[in-house]
Amino acid sequence: MSTERKQIVRFEAVHKSYGAVKALVNVDLKVDAGECLGLVGHNGAGKSTLMNVLAGTIPSDQGIISVQGKDLAANYDVKKAHKNGIRCVFQELSLCPNLTVAENVRVVHKSLKGFGWKKRSRTLIKDKLDEIFPDHGIYTDDVVGDLSIGKRQMVEIARAFTVTDDPLHLVILDEPTSSLDSSTAQQLLDYVRKAVGNDQSCILISHLLGEILNYSDRILVMKDGEVVAERPAADFTRDLLVADMGSKIEAESTLSSERSMKVRNTAELMVRAGDKQQEDNIELLAHKGEIVGLAGLAGNGQAKMLLQVYDTAMKGTRRDSVDVQGPVSLVAGDRQADGIFHLWSIGRNVCVRSLRNMVTNFLIDPSLEQHMSELWRNKIKIKTPDMNNNILSLSGGNQQKALFARALGSDAEIVLMDDPMRGVDIGTKYEVYDLIKNESENGRTFLWYTTEIDELYNCDYVYIFREGKIVAEISHSELTEEKVLQASFEKGV
Amino acid sequence: MWGYLSSPKFLRSALPAASFLALLAAIFYLQPRTMSYFGLNLMLQYAVPIALATIAQMHILMVNDLDLSIGPFVGLTACIGATLLTTNPVLGILALTGCIAAYAGLGALIYWRNLPSIVVTLGMSFVWLGIAVIVLPTPGGKAPVLIKAIMGFKFPFIPLPIILATAIALIVHIGLMHSSYGAVLRGTGGNPKAVARAGWSLLKSKMLMYGTAGFFGVLAGLSLIGLTSAADAHIADRYTLYSIAGVILGGGEFVGGRVSAIGAVLGALTLTLTGSFLIFMKISPDWQIGAQGAILIIVLALRALINRKEA
Amino acid sequence: MNASTRVFENVFKKPWIWAYLGTLIVWLITIAFTKGQGAGDIVTAALSFATFTVIVGIGQMLVITTGPGNIDLSIPANIALSGAVTMKVMDGSNEMLLVGVFVALGCGLAVGIFNYSLIRILRIPPIIATLSSSFLILSTAIAYGRGLKIKPPPLLADFATMRLFGIPILAIFVIAMAGFFSIVMHRTLYGRSILAIGQNMRAAWLAGIQVERIRFITYVLSALLASICGLVLAGFSGGASLNMGEEYLLASIAVVVIGGSSVAGGKSNVPGIWGAALFLFLLVTMLNTLGVTAGLRLILTGLIIIAVITTAGGDKPQH
Repeated sequence: MSTERKQIVRFEAVHKSYGAVKALVNVDLKVDAGECLGLVGHNGAGKSTLMNVLAGTIPSDQGIISVQGKDLAANYDVKKAHKNGIRCVFQELSLCPNLTVAENVRVVHKSLKGFGWKKRSRTLIKDKLDEIFPDHGIYTDDVVGDLSIGKRQMVEIARAFTVTDDPLHLVILDEPTSSLDSSTAQQLLDYVRKAVGNDQSCILISHLLGEILNYSDRILVMKDGEVVAERPAADFTRDLLVADMGSKIEAESTLSSERSMKVRNTAELMVRAGDKQQEDNIELLAHKGEIVGLAGLAGNGQAKMLLQVYDTAMKGTRRDSVDVQGPVSLVAGDRQADGIFHLWSIGRNVCVRSLRNMVTNFLIDPSLEQHMSELWRNKIKIKTPDMNNNILSLSGGNQQKALFARALGSDAEIVLMDDPMRGVDIGTKYEVYDLIKNESENGRTFLWYTTEIDELYNCDYVYIFREGKIVAEISHSELTEEKVLQASFEKGV
Repeated sequence: MWGYLSSPKFLRSALPAASFLALLAAIFYLQPRTMSYFGLNLMLQYAVPIALATIAQMHILMVNDLDLSIGPFVGLTACIGATLLTTNPVLGILALTGCIAAYAGLGALIYWRNLPSIVVTLGMSFVWLGIAVIVLPTPGGKAPVLIKAIMGFKFPFIPLPIILATAIALIVHIGLMHSSYGAVLRGTGGNPKAVARAGWSLLKSKMLMYGTAGFFGVLAGLSLIGLTSAADAHIADRYTLYSIAGVILGGGEFVGGRVSAIGAVLGALTLTLTGSFLIFMKISPDWQIGAQGAILIIVLALRALINRKEA
Repeated sequence: MNASTRVFENVFKKPWIWAYLGTLIVWLITIAFTKGQGAGDIVTAALSFATFTVIVGIGQMLVITTGPGNIDLSIPANIALSGAVTMKVMDGSNEMLLVGVFVALGCGLAVGIFNYSLIRILRIPPIIATLSSSFLILSTAIAYGRGLKIKPPPLLADFATMRLFGIPILAIFVIAMAGFFSIVMHRTLYGRSILAIGQNMRAAWLAGIQVERIRFITYVLSALLASICGLVLAGFSGGASLNMGEEYLLASIAVVVIGGSSVAGGKSNVPGIWGAALFLFLLVTMLNTLGVTAGLRLILTGLIIIAVITTAGGDKPQH
């Protein structure tokens, strides 16, 4: 056996920006044959972006992408990646729900055609499923849409490991165990080690630090688009990983811990949410004038709870698990999907939530609309020469400001925020933080879901979510980044 | 065993066959004399052209679009069949091939400009009708002898419509469900992004689906004149609604690429039977179209119940 | 959006101008051909006939504006039903006219509620829901109104056909109606809500709009307008007939598209509906005057619809 292992892929000084937001900064990476690279980091660290660039789904801005010794950075795409043996299993599934398992395998293997293709496809995927997940219980003629999400993930993973024409050198697994139960997850990780033993490579992204520590050869820690640490797995411990993911400087805050405590203990309860059926259940409580933060890794139930609160308030229904005492408004984080009305002007976008109060004789009073537009243009400093311009003429940060204006300018007593600062520049952020603080001092309640730990320092009270439940609660005075990280990731190894 | 039979999956796929058999059973009960070769042949006579039109619509629905022009298109192909095809077969075949190519071209246009198929096919319905009126201004024409012979053929034991319907269902079923490219085509309806990412051309698949729809539309028109002998531009106007209802009754979904060829044909057969059903129920033919609507609603209601059970 | 689309956007900045421009051009060509004869009559006829298309066009526009996939295919059946039922109820007498109006409104209300129930309770896509309900409605109309040769009450017939200085009174009413709905779209909560829902249903909900309530109102409004159309159309034509609504399905959608409303929803254009309705009628008149055969007329109408939508391009809603 040669001591020189073949290098599969190497990144050198790779950059990727989305406008003002730097998703990848000067990233170096290398993966040799027969090794498993673990990749960890908190929200927005750049892991997904990095993997997307590696798999060819996103182009990089600059830097060298060397695959099997050739620099392919120019025109690198999914086809090239595939031909060079790089596959990826992303979190969002790329199976066709209306096709069977065997048919889905056919879709990615052009050579599975002609007479008898179905049988070959069935055999191909069945063998692989048996190899990776013994006792999987999946029939190759099952329609994917009818399978549970766990089984779908198993199919997607097994499919990535099937080989027909294109070689297989490196498989990227992005949170592959998120929908798998513990025994199935175990099977997958064991298989990864087996594949690695056969000179295949793997990049494993997971928030389950135990998995990373036990199954990787090397670990890369990312934060804010940069690689901040890279060491053999044996040199890491769970605490070291957590420490590396955090920043060296503790963030500042202008909030007064005394006021936070006073509000929590004496102000009226505005929102109560939580599943009473669950044991060791921590309820979310928000009081008048309080800024409550929802933390933890993205997609662990925070947005779901916000929507539950929102729906309950909008529909006026009574539910056991949610109680809301006042009108609500919501600031969306995903502007395109949940917030912006792209055909409308900035002014209309801002006023839409508040129109009810502008109506006289069944007609909306244009002067009142104009007034509100101008008021908020100045208050939140939206950079535009004219509020009647189309909303898309604004920069991303200013569009987000418009969404804030919409929610804050309404009659809502409770404002829900769904990770609204994503991709917003630092100047805007600080302006809005101040605004939120002022509004809360005037009695407005905020439920603030954020994926950035630093922002939690603007909250009076923080709830940390994991796997759909609240697992920890911290008051402002006790808040540290380490506590949040600890609670966000799985306890124990 | 009972678990599988009462599972939502089985219930959903059995619904088309169940509806058809239920209706057939009701008819047999009302008028036992229909349980004969002659009876079935008469009741299901027009099943073939309707089934072909339904299959055409199915291909469009498979790629998440809707075709509001299939009725007039079938009328056009019927008119061409009753005129050009009889007088000048070569020209007739060329014209019909041109029609199929036009359909494929529509698919390309819709894909290229990302157009709503409803509006485009709406416009095309005028175009097809206009051409049909030019080809055959007044009802008339004569069907080619060959087609008449095929459609009038007396198969022993099993009535021709049933044979043809079964053949259509099987051929399309095998083509879509058993061929390797058929799997990819259906995939473009379920997750187009994923299929495109795997390197397949969405343009090609769309054009193929539309072209196939045009092909079956041509067959529908030709089989129709085989039954009626003469043609007229408006002869198949109702086929648009029939074809949509047929696909839906057959378990097809509006989005997601889940369609069933066998289900679609069964749906077409069910719709065809409603006329006879109403006659034997002594309900006036005025209610024929209403009955079709009611069946559609009942089937959809049952489907909604089954889906709710699954949730 | 590429450069050529942007150029088009600027040229046709006021989309309804385009439809009126087309109308003017077509009218000029027609009277050029007839050497000025009957120019006024053509305009009067256009106003007369286009009125009915506008009534249902507005309803269809409301439905289409609530978002992609929303369309009311039950309009023709509704027209036929309303025509048949009201004629029978009024039985040609002026005293029953008011009752007839209420019956028409009742028809519309029932159809609208039925349509929406299919959409909401059975979770059927609006196209299929209105399609299946149209089957039932049409059958009801046929069964109820077969052999109907009842003349409309004289008052209704007069109202539908009388003219003031060459302008049909009905047209004046419908112009006012269009004006009313224009104001609704621009200045009322309801109008603003539809426009929001059409652009992004989810964002509308998250912005505090009661989405399902608005959709319900919209489907009911469309049905009400179709029923009213049936009533006055029967008055205009001297009675109801079973296929009186047939041409209005395609026509209602065509005037929405040509009039400049977005098929993807979120952008409405009421003045454009009048322009498009006039345009379509005058186009047919022009082609007739020029001696173009029926077949060619149909082809050109279809090609124009396709040309308009191809130029506008598909507006894919943000996902």
